[in-house]
Amino acid sequence: MTTLQVMFFFFSLITVAGGLYTVIARNLFHAALGLIVSLAGVAALYALLEASFLAAAQVAIYIGAIAILIIFAVMLTRGVTGKNPVKDWWTYTVTAIVCLLLLVVLLTTLFRFDWPQTTQAAVPADSIARLGKSLVDPSLYVLPFEVASVLLMAALIGSAYIARDKK
Amino acid sequence: MVPLSWYLIVAAILFCVGVFGVLARRNAVAILMGIELMLNAVNINLVAFWRYLEPDKMAGQAFAAFVFIVAAAETAVGLALIISVYRNRETVDVENVDLLKW
Repeated sequence: MTTLQVMFFFFSLITVAGGLYTVIARNLFHAALGLIVSLAGVAALYALLEASFLAAAQVAIYIGAIAILIIFAVMLTRGVTGKNPVKDWWTYTVTAIVCLLLLVVLLTTLFRFDWPQTTQAAVPADSIARLGKSLVDPSLYVLPFEVASVLLMAALIGSAYIARDKK
Repeated sequence: MVPLSWYLIVAAILFCVGVFGVLARRNAVAILMGIELMLNAVNINLVAFWRYLEPDKMAGQAFAAFVFIVAAAETAVGLALIISVYRNRETVDVENVDLLKW
């Protein structure tokens, strides 16, 4: 068991355990904290995959913006009773069985193929610079990049308008 | 060395955990958290494929960056809608918010 494998197991355990806590916790704030742990685990997996820009962007965007937004929404939509309603145990059991079936389908499809056992090539040393250049290169991805910026701007303006105080 | 299939297995498990969160929760914000888990699982897949199959092209990382952007936009709009529904109906329980205005 190499060091890389041990680190991979540790970080994927954190990711999946955080995700499980997110979907099981009764208290919504605890669920948001579990989501933050899961997102941090995903950032560590990106770092293991040598995608350093994406690891930093994951921490900054997902944990630093999206998770904070979710926590704000949890605080702003607190029910008056203070208790979170849950579905009955039969619904939970059937849903869990359906999700396990989905997992079985995904895994059997996954194992049909011959995936590479090790990384074949090395990541180029200037991969972040290449990513930046590819996002502004006219023959590469400048159009989706600009469209995504417009989309984000429109979504944020729209959501600020929808959620504004109406008084 | 870590085989590629291990990353894909972790992403599949995280995706199914997200599906469970979407289907089994009554609070709308909790459903959004499940959606975020699913998007992260997809991103793990994309970055793992980029690393193991084509690490000198930037398509995999660019695709994952676009998924980031779209997820951020979608979360902002979804949470704004939830807050607006809460202002009008005093609840975000999706079992109760099942009728349009009449």
